[in-house]
Amino acid sequence: MSASPSAAATAKSPLGAFTPELFASHLASVAALPAWWLDRKRAAYEKFAALPFPKRGDEAWRFSSTATLTLDDFALLSATNVPLAPLPVAHAANLTFVNNTALRGATSVSQLPAGVIVTTLAEAAVKHADLLKAHFMAQPPKLGSDKFAALHTAFVGDGAFIYVPRGIEIPAPILVQHIAAGAGAAVFPHTLVIAEENSKVTVVDTFASDSPPVTGHSSLGERQLAVGANDLYAAHGAQLTYIGTQAWSRDTLSFQFNSTVVRRDARVQSLNLHLGARQARHESLSQLQAPGAFSEMLALTVADARQEFDQRTLQIHQAPNTKSDLLYKNALRDQAKTIFSGLIVVDPDAQKTDAYQSNRNLMLSEEAEASSLPGLEIQANDVRCTHGATSSRIDPEQEFYLQSRGIAKSAADELLTFGFFEEVLNRLASDELHEALRVLIQTQFKQGPRD
Amino acid sequence: MNPPTDLDTLATPELDEAALNPTPNPVAGIDQTKGDFSYPVAQYAFDAGTGLTEDTVRYISSVKKEAPWILDFRLKALKTFWDKPMPTHWATKDLEAIDFSKIRYYLSQGQKPKRTWEEVPDDIKKTFERLGIPEQERKFLAGVEAQFDSEAAYSNIKDVVAKQGVIFVNSTEGLREHPEIFRQWFGKVIPTGDNKFSALNSAVFSGGSFIYVPKGVKVAQPLQAYFRINAENFGQFERTLIICDEGAEVVYMEGCTAPKFSTSTLHSAVVELVALKGAKIQYITVQNWANNVFNLVTKRGLAHEEAEIKWIDCNIGSRLTMKYPGVILKGRKARGEVISIALANDGQHQDTGAKMIHAADETTSNIVAKSISVGQGRSTYRGVVHIPKHLKGCKNNTECDALLINSNSRTDTYPAITVRGDRNYVQHEASVSKVNEEMIFYMQQRGLTEGQAMSLAVNGFINDLARQFPMEYSVELKRLIDLEMEGSVG
Repeated sequence: MSASPSAAATAKSPLGAFTPELFASHLASVAALPAWWLDRKRAAYEKFAALPFPKRGDEAWRFSSTATLTLDDFALLSATNVPLAPLPVAHAANLTFVNNTALRGATSVSQLPAGVIVTTLAEAAVKHADLLKAHFMAQPPKLGSDKFAALHTAFVGDGAFIYVPRGIEIPAPILVQHIAAGAGAAVFPHTLVIAEENSKVTVVDTFASDSPPVTGHSSLGERQLAVGANDLYAAHGAQLTYIGTQAWSRDTLSFQFNSTVVRRDARVQSLNLHLGARQARHESLSQLQAPGAFSEMLALTVADARQEFDQRTLQIHQAPNTKSDLLYKNALRDQAKTIFSGLIVVDPDAQKTDAYQSNRNLMLSEEAEASSLPGLEIQANDVRCTHGATSSRIDPEQEFYLQSRGIAKSAADELLTFGFFEEVLNRLASDELHEALRVLIQTQFKQGPRD
Repeated sequence: MNPPTDLDTLATPELDEAALNPTPNPVAGIDQTKGDFSYPVAQYAFDAGTGLTEDTVRYISSVKKEAPWILDFRLKALKTFWDKPMPTHWATKDLEAIDFSKIRYYLSQGQKPKRTWEEVPDDIKKTFERLGIPEQERKFLAGVEAQFDSEAAYSNIKDVVAKQGVIFVNSTEGLREHPEIFRQWFGKVIPTGDNKFSALNSAVFSGGSFIYVPKGVKVAQPLQAYFRINAENFGQFERTLIICDEGAEVVYMEGCTAPKFSTSTLHSAVVELVALKGAKIQYITVQNWANNVFNLVTKRGLAHEEAEIKWIDCNIGSRLTMKYPGVILKGRKARGEVISIALANDGQHQDTGAKMIHAADETTSNIVAKSISVGQGRSTYRGVVHIPKHLKGCKNNTECDALLINSNSRTDTYPAITVRGDRNYVQHEASVSKVNEEMIFYMQQRGLTEGQAMSLAVNGFINDLARQFPMEYSVELKRLIDLEMEGSVG
């Protein structure tokens, strides 16, 4: 469905648009960054250039379309002012990035408790170098996208840096917007959250294109590339909630890498909403490093037209008495395709692990295709580990019940589909966020092309 | 297909090919001391030597007096085997420990290695005793006797099935005497290039069972490889093809619960089942190779309209087993089922699972897999469920449960499920648990030892599956689990 299907057929350039010249000019534009960061960039670029593209048959890319992973004809465009409203919820701070650059005017930081830092990575590199160095892209990619993760590290120039000191609780969410503007724009969004001991914070990442995801036949929006990452770190007893809403243009190739580190008695809840892009790969890695750690991993996908959503997850239990709970739900329409590949790893000494993994696919068309690869690797015996995967249509009995109460079939199906999403949204503690996400999903669902 | 009129082949013990074939061993010059066997092999005139070359394949084919097309088939397969890489990008690296140049690919019938009863390790003897294996069978299973004379015990059953028109021969005979029946399906369910080890088997296969059940015939007793007195049956590279014509039914049993003391370290079988319209095939395997054997087996069935194929698969022995019995559900309302039990003890990796390929409307499949990991044993479930384009009314149910006995036991689950369209239903569930401590405590408090309690609990875990085995198998299975669990506690 891409503008140039022939491009995929011809031999791929290993670098695409990301030539050494482009990298050199990018380095020149970020020369103010500290030397260690620039060194990391250079090393990452070399790695990116050396690594091959994923190909058919690679186990980490099983069922994924690899022919369409091309990096040609993208550019680093300059930032423009984009009038996109943030998520309509009361918030403690708001940061906006357009084409990798922080928009000063759109950034508001008000009434934050003392010690809380909400700033850009570039500024943190100067003022909070040690913190940044310790947590920024600290976890190696483990889920197959080494090449694209290296691309991200090479080109990421800015992003959000959020630090919550010990014992501080921020009730309202911190909003971060990442916007790609213009045809061919390549963006490298990054959000880094450090929640110190017993702190509590909610961060909402919003990914969008300047032209909102237009549905229907007329336009797919602009062809763009997004290679994003987020690092979440929850120290002892911290409670971190992370929400990502992905609504890139319908012609975007998107990669997003999540790394979550959960320390003793900390709790991280993440919910990713996947709506946009042509082909989107999301890799999520949770490491439960100390007793009492809990990671709740949630995702909702509305896939329609020919969209492909490829979600790969890894829950690593490294210490005894840790818990993880994963629920990924996909609703598929038209010729959409989803892949869920999850793995729970329980290390030999991680006794008393409680791990759960569930993938539910709601099939809403004859041609949609859902693949599930729910995996377990258990090396401790005193554990409770279960996983489940189902793929089916709307329950005909529930449909019939609603129809028997006088509700039209189409309305009944819509209600049941929304009910399917609610199970995930209900896990959110904040009613306001719940409502905002519900609106996003339902709007997308109602607009979605039906063929 | 017409049932053959000449059924004498069933009653005749297989001819000793070696005695009839004067072809000298073309690879006699190679150093045969490289083999894994500890007894002299030079005296066996019909030994293909160690290592695998085109000559080895030609030799096997000439000893078997095969038609030229079979030799071509073997040679092509050999090339495929060489071309294919080891599947270590997803499978265990342990596969790299196989040295193909040190393996003996063919010893003709009657020329099997001989050892004396005294040479059989004591633990094997003890196990036979505990399992209550008949004296005569013990010697055969231990490799003391090349042939196990089952004529007396089982000829009765053979007569009965022969009267029904059932053909039950080995692979050589099947292809030589009944090509009109077997050739059309041979290598069709599992193509040579399916995987590296199916290619290897296609190049060097010998032994195994070729069975044809005519239309509408329901074979009352389970057929067992045991029935035939051919030692090749338990060979390394057996090839089995079972064709069940329209409306026919058959149950086939392979292996037995007693440990098989094998001198060869690689076993790679190919088993193909064809169930024509409305036919039913049940294939029961109990695998208990010695703990030095790589058991890399490809098993698949093709189920036509309203046919039913059921694999009951139990893996207890071997160092590494990789086996994923599959069913291709080709005709409307076909049904496939895999019941799998795996027990992995120290030094063992049971990498088993199932494949269900739905290719027609209203096909249904069911997979129930239970594994037990003891000590440092590792059990893996790997599965594929595939429901491709535009089918409707397909259903799959998969359940896999793993039981971990010791704190360092390991289990993995790697299913892959693809569903297309909104008219199919798939559900997969897996769980991992350990034996309930309260349950063990309760039993101990009633006077059982910890070991007894543990084996009772493990037997309870697989009880619903074990009940699907024929009675004598499930009894032996229970005793075997008792044995395996003895050393696991305390």
